[in-house]
Amino acid sequence: MEVLQLLVSGLANGCVYGLIALGFVLIYKATEQVNFAQGDFMMLGAFITLGLTNAHYMGLPFWVAAPLAIAIMAVLGYLLDFFVLRHLFGQSQTAVVILTIALGFVIRFIAGLIWTHEPQTLESPLAIGDFNVGGVVLGMADVAVIVVTVLLTFFLFQFFQRTKLGLAMQAASQNQMAAYFMGIPVKRVQGMIWGLSGAVAAVAGILFASKGAIDPNAGLLGIKAFAAAVIGGFGSLPGALMGGLIVGVIEPFASRYFPAGYSQIAPYALLLFVLVFRPHGLFSQVRTKKV
Amino acid sequence: MRIHFKTSYEHDIRLFPDWWSFFVYAILIAIAVVLPWLIDDFFIGEVTNVLIWAIAGLGLMMLTGQTGQASLGHAAFLALGCYSCIIFMEQGLPFLIAFPAAGVLTGVIGTIIAIPAIRLHGIYLAIATMAISILADDIIVLMEPITNGVSGKFAPVINIFGIEIERWTTPDRFYWLVLAVTIICTLIYRNILRSPLGRAFAAVRDSEVSATAMGIHISRTKAIAFGFSCAITGLAGALMGFYAGAFNNETFSIVISITLLMMIVIGGLGSIHGAFFGAVVVAFLPQFLSIAKETVIGGGVAIPGLETGVFGMILILFILFEPMGIYGRWMKIRIWFELFPFARKDMFKRQKSYLKTERLR
Repeated sequence: MEVLQLLVSGLANGCVYGLIALGFVLIYKATEQVNFAQGDFMMLGAFITLGLTNAHYMGLPFWVAAPLAIAIMAVLGYLLDFFVLRHLFGQSQTAVVILTIALGFVIRFIAGLIWTHEPQTLESPLAIGDFNVGGVVLGMADVAVIVVTVLLTFFLFQFFQRTKLGLAMQAASQNQMAAYFMGIPVKRVQGMIWGLSGAVAAVAGILFASKGAIDPNAGLLGIKAFAAAVIGGFGSLPGALMGGLIVGVIEPFASRYFPAGYSQIAPYALLLFVLVFRPHGLFSQVRTKKV
Repeated sequence: MRIHFKTSYEHDIRLFPDWWSFFVYAILIAIAVVLPWLIDDFFIGEVTNVLIWAIAGLGLMMLTGQTGQASLGHAAFLALGCYSCIIFMEQGLPFLIAFPAAGVLTGVIGTIIAIPAIRLHGIYLAIATMAISILADDIIVLMEPITNGVSGKFAPVINIFGIEIERWTTPDRFYWLVLAVTIICTLIYRNILRSPLGRAFAAVRDSEVSATAMGIHISRTKAIAFGFSCAITGLAGALMGFYAGAFNNETFSIVISITLLMMIVIGGLGSIHGAFFGAVVVAFLPQFLSIAKETVIGGGVAIPGLETGVFGMILILFILFEPMGIYGRWMKIRIWFELFPFARKDMFKRQKSYLKTERLR
C-alpha cells in the first residue's frame, strides 16, 4: 500500500515535470532550440492565473481566469519569438541557450516585482481536498494533473502527426531551407510553436499551483523537467511524458529508501547516466550523421 | 593605421604583432603593478575580484570561446579547485605546491569527466554539465569528512617563503599574488592558442567535419580543451576561496556557473580581452546597482533578484545587438577609425546558416 501511495504521488509530480518537458520538446521539435526559461514560463503562467483569480488581486472566477491566462501566455510566447528570438534566426543553438537562461532571470525578477517573493497559493477549485481509494489517498489536484497531462500529450502528439500545421512545424525544423521552398512560412510557424509552448507552460503552471504554494523561484523546477526531457529524448512528446513520470516516480522512492542526502541526487544521476549511455534519450530518434 | 608587413609565417603567431602593442601591454602591466599605491584597500579588493573572475573566465573561454563547447558546470570545477587547494594546504603542503597541484588535479578530473561528456554536443553538453554543477553541491555535502559539508571551510593564511598573504590584513600582497597568477594564466592561454593545439581548438569550434578532414582527433582535442579549461578554472576557484575567506557547498552554486558563461558572452566569445571585459561587468555591476538604487529610490529598500534580473537584461541586449560582446564592439570602433573613411557598414555581417536536423522525425 505504501508503495502504491508513493507511486501515485510520484506520478502526479511526474506529470508536472512531464508538462514542462512537453514545452521544451515542442520548441525543440519545431526549431531545434532549447528554451531554458520553460520552467520560468510555467511560473509566470501560474502567477498570471493567480493574479487573475485570487480575491485580493482581480478576483475573477477560476474557469474564466484559467483560459484567459493560457491565452495571455500563448500571446506572450508568440511576442517573445517575434521581438527577441526571431533576431537570432540562423545563429547557433548556444546563443539561444544563453539568451533563454538570461530570459529566465528576467522573468523571475519581474514576477518577483509584481507578485513579491512570498509563497502564495492559488484559489483553485481543483484544490478541494483528498479522497480515499482503497487506502490510497488521492488529491483532487493530483487526479486533475494526471488526466490533463495525458490528454494534452495525446492531442499534441496527434497534432504533430496529423495536422497540416504540425507537419509544417516538423518540416521547418528538419530543413529550414527546404521548408521555405515548400511554401512554409518558417518564421511564423516558429512563432506559433513558441505561443503553443507558452500555453502548455500556462497549463503546467495552473496545475502546479493547484498542488501547492508557488513563488518566483518555482521556475527552477525546470531543471528537473530537463532531466525528464533528456531521459525521454528531446524531440519525442510521449518520451517527454515518460521521462517526467520516471523522474517523478524515482524521487519519492529515492527519498523513502535511500539514505538522506543521496535522494535528491537520484534524478540528476539518472540524467547523467542516460546522457552517457544513451545520449539521445531512451526514445532515441537520431541516427549518427554521415559525412 | 598600422600595416603589418609579414615576411615569414612566424609573424602570424608572434606573441605581440608589433612593438606598439608590446608597449601598450607593458604599460598596462606596469600600471597594474603599482595600482595598490594609487587606490585604497577597498578598491584593491574589488580589482582583485575582477582579476579572479577574469581567470575563471579565461578557463571557460578556452572551452566555450576557443573550442565551442558550452559548459554550464564550471562552478563545480571552481569548487574542486578551491577545496583541493585548501585541503592540500591543511595537509601541510606549502601554497606554492598546493596551488598548482589543485590546478592539475582539477584539470585531470575535468578530463576524466570530459571523456564521456565530449560524445555530447551543443545543448546536451550544456545540460550534462549543468547536472554536474548541481551534483557538485550535493557531493560536497555527502563528502562531509573531507569537505566539512554545510558548515564549510576557512581559507588558511598563504605563506610564500615567509611572506604572509591574507585577503583582509594584506590586501596589497593578495592583489599582487592574483595579478601574477592572472599574467601567468594569460600567457599560458595565449601560447596554447599559438600552438598547433590552439589551432585544432579553433578548427573543432568552426566545423567538426572539416577538422576531422584535416586530421584532427576531435574527441582527444575536446578532452584536452576540457582539461586545460578546468585546470585554469580550478586555479581561479582556489583564489576565490582565499578571496571569500570562508566557503561551503553553496558558495559555488549553479548560479555561478551561469554567471560565468554569461560573463564571457558579454565580454566577447573567443578573445582573451573578452574574459577581462566580462569580469569587469560582473564584478562591478552589484556595486553600480546598489549606488544607482540608493540615488533613485533611497537606500534600505531591498529588491531581491535585481542583480540577476539586470544582468539578464544586459545579456539579452548584447545577444540581440552585439553578439560579439564588448570586445567585438571595441574592435569595430577601432577598425572604423583605423580604416577611416573606408569602413563599410556590413563589414562584420555574419553569414547565416540554415538549420538542418539530424533527427528522423
